[in-house]
Amino acid sequence: MNGLLHQIASGIASGAIYASVALALVMIYQATHHVNFAQGEMATLSTFVALTLIHAGVPFWGAFVLTILLSFALGVVVERILMRPMMNAPVLSSVGVFIGLLLVINALDGWIFGFTIKSFPSPFHAAHPLLGGYVSPHEIGETGLTVVVLTLVWLFFRYTTLGLAMRAAAYNPVSARLCGVRVNRMLGLGWGLAAAIGAAAGIMVAPVVFLDPNMMSGILLYAFAGALLGGIDSPLGAVIGGFVVGVLENLFGAYVVGTELKLTVALMIIVAVLLARPAGLFGRAVQSRV
Amino acid sequence: MPPLLEARGLTAGYGETNVLHGIDFAVEEGGVTALLGANGAGKTTTLRALCGMIRRGGEIAFAGQRIERAATEDIVRRGVGHVPDGRGTFMELTVEENLRLGAYTRRDRAGVAADIARLFDYFPRLRERLRQQAGTLSGGEQQMLAIARALLVRPRLLLLDEPSFGLAPLIVRDIFHILRRINTEERMSILVVEQNASLALDLADHAYLLETGRIVVSGTAAAIRQDEAVRRSYLGY
Amino acid sequence: MDADRTVSSGRFGLTQALGMGAFLAVMVGFAFIADSYHLFQLTMVVAYAVAVLGLTLLTGYTGQISLGQGAFFAIGSYSTAILMANYDWPYWATLPVAAAVSALVGFLIGFPALRLGGLYLALTTFALAVSVPQILKVNALSDFTGGVQGLTMDKAEAPFGLPLTGDQWIYLFSLGVGCLMFLLAWNLTRGRTGRAMMAVREQAVAAEAMGVGLAALKIRTFAVSAMITGIGGALSAIAVQFVAPDSFNFFLSITLFVGLVVGGVDSIPGALFGGAFIEFIPNIANDISKAAPGAIYGAILIGFMFALPRGVGGGVMAMLRRARRRPLPEVR
Ligand SMILES: Nc1ncnc2c1ncn2[C@@H]1O[C@H](COP(=O)(O)OP(=O)(O)O)[C@@H](O)[C@H]1O
Ligand SMILES: [Mg+2]
Repeated sequence: MNGLLHQIASGIASGAIYASVALALVMIYQATHHVNFAQGEMATLSTFVALTLIHAGVPFWGAFVLTILLSFALGVVVERILMRPMMNAPVLSSVGVFIGLLLVINALDGWIFGFTIKSFPSPFHAAHPLLGGYVSPHEIGETGLTVVVLTLVWLFFRYTTLGLAMRAAAYNPVSARLCGVRVNRMLGLGWGLAAAIGAAAGIMVAPVVFLDPNMMSGILLYAFAGALLGGIDSPLGAVIGGFVVGVLENLFGAYVVGTELKLTVALMIIVAVLLARPAGLFGRAVQSRV
Repeated sequence: MPPLLEARGLTAGYGETNVLHGIDFAVEEGGVTALLGANGAGKTTTLRALCGMIRRGGEIAFAGQRIERAATEDIVRRGVGHVPDGRGTFMELTVEENLRLGAYTRRDRAGVAADIARLFDYFPRLRERLRQQAGTLSGGEQQMLAIARALLVRPRLLLLDEPSFGLAPLIVRDIFHILRRINTEERMSILVVEQNASLALDLADHAYLLETGRIVVSGTAAAIRQDEAVRRSYLGY
Repeated sequence: MDADRTVSSGRFGLTQALGMGAFLAVMVGFAFIADSYHLFQLTMVVAYAVAVLGLTLLTGYTGQISLGQGAFFAIGSYSTAILMANYDWPYWATLPVAAAVSALVGFLIGFPALRLGGLYLALTTFALAVSVPQILKVNALSDFTGGVQGLTMDKAEAPFGLPLTGDQWIYLFSLGVGCLMFLLAWNLTRGRTGRAMMAVREQAVAAEAMGVGLAALKIRTFAVSAMITGIGGALSAIAVQFVAPDSFNFFLSITLFVGLVVGGVDSIPGALFGGAFIEFIPNIANDISKAAPGAIYGAILIGFMFALPRGVGGGVMAMLRRARRRPLPEVR
């Protein structure tokens, strides 16, 4: 029983990470109908930057904020340089570019920062065990911070004019232009925001899984699964999907198949759910192409 | 006084095919100009070309400035409100959010609030549906929303693409009545595209007749309405 | 609509036949001038080209995205390896089995694919790609699969006392099998079936209207695609004489996908270019930068997509069309 509670708690903690990355994927998907396969690698690069700043003596939260800002800029630049020229290219070619970007960033990470696994400091500590010791201080802090980030993103899209314009540009770019919205700029902002959210997720997960150039590849896959599970066109669904995948993954790893096969089994379950609900749990039922 | 909008030798098309083959027309300040023509004549294409939504060539002057190279967003910001083909409703957003988007380029909050209040005068239905998803509105309500959204830009020229399309005759009459009021009360210049020629000619003071990308007839609305030959061969009523 | 024009390899004119003949003659000629290392590389080009060809049918023609084609490659490889290493089968006899096993798995994957389009299918196939190496490592199967260590096979030799080295022979053998596969694919994609496959890609509704048995067509394409890619895997196993789970991680699937897009998604000859890209570009990247070859590879890929968004196949077709002053169809 205690073990179960512990597994669920750490499932929620990793779910928070998947939820963030899933949201980043969905944001870009809604705006461009592309899945950014390089989202995870961009987050890993950000995490390396954060670690470098921390080692250079910048306090943790200073490094955090600085990294978020730099990642935002990275997202904007990537959209401007790589994605905009591909706007009218066939979808599969864009996937080719995403894969290329993934490889480039992954290799640069290894080249600049090395392939060895690095530990990453956690900003969350506690003098006494919390909640009966079922969860570590880092898990609590990390989940809390993620929830704060996700809430801020939601408030931004829901209540600000800029957030509204970004949603409009994603839903209906032609009409948005006719309202005077600079759609290309909104796409850039969306990429920046997605990169910033991914960076926060990377910094939060690094103390748990340790940092190396491939840190995010498994996480990206879980996040992708979470996004599809919740519905690729539903940001809220993606967040919930991310949490569900996190809990499922932990329970299966602990009790059913062991860590070796857990990724496979988690994905199989998700595929099974999708077969029952092809649009995802919260997605709009689009007329499926058979 | 030069016209508010003047197009000279306007060409436009999609991909490598040309749809407009060099047309000339003008819209007078404060007037209503109608662009008529059968389905597929190129009316929608003309409006898209004016707003820079497709590939185009030739000259377009708006309020004394050339806009044939400007981006859609900038043309809108210079004062062109466009109610597009298919109405362009943001289906997933609420009516209120649709209206807020119409006023996106404006910073005068008080002015926007006053404009919205005045628009509710024209379209009382929108006030009742403010929090509703725009996709759930009826066709007529969506048309009203589209017109309101375009007016919130505070345009000097309003482009309307088949405002009667797919609507019941009574609703169409309402909408054209409101358009007449907007023209007189707000002194709004209008370029309206219609397949329903008799309706448009009643509203307009000038009209052009488009056939496969070329202007074949132009003149005052009254003259065109009375020209038996034109009526029979082109307007079909 | 002019249907013949949209089927890229619809007509087989005299020029094309001569071109093909000359190309084949050159390929065969390589067997007698290249050293054994380069022959091995060329054999791998053929194996990868065949694997990409399977993906071309599935993703290029019917528009079903597979990010897990490496799984079929692995299944073909392991079928051959298990039969050769554990049961002493001759290499050539393993090919039909590899083909059948891969086709069967493809057939089974085809069923969920009926309900899952687009990204969902991408995820499903990706899951397959992730799970295959994990399954190959499972202890319970290690008597069979060799577990993490994998399996080693003997080198194939030229039959009938032909005066050829093993490398020369395997290269020519692979080339022959590859030709068969390309002929099969070409035959499949021309005419009615080809149009129906592309109708599936463009719009399922239209395909229904054409009277295409959509479900059957999709599943069949999956099976054929898996079979061809599986044969590619079998050829590579014969050439490498070794299989291990880690050679079939999801990166292989990504690599095959890259081969598809650089070759041109719906271009059958493009698959050959894709195979060459997969085999040679990593080496070239390594020559350019020992420190970060992945970055060079990625940069080459991105540059390639910028220059030829439709891949080599699409680029060549566009050039031919321009030469004949035909407008490009609007494609998105
Ligand atoms: N998005 C498009 N892509 C390609 N051709 C188009 C597109 N829209 C319209 N056309 C073509 O342009 C011509 C004029 O269309 P349009 O301007 O919509 O006519 P109208 O509005 O007068 O009915 C038609 O032949 C139509 O087929
Ligand atoms: Mg029209």
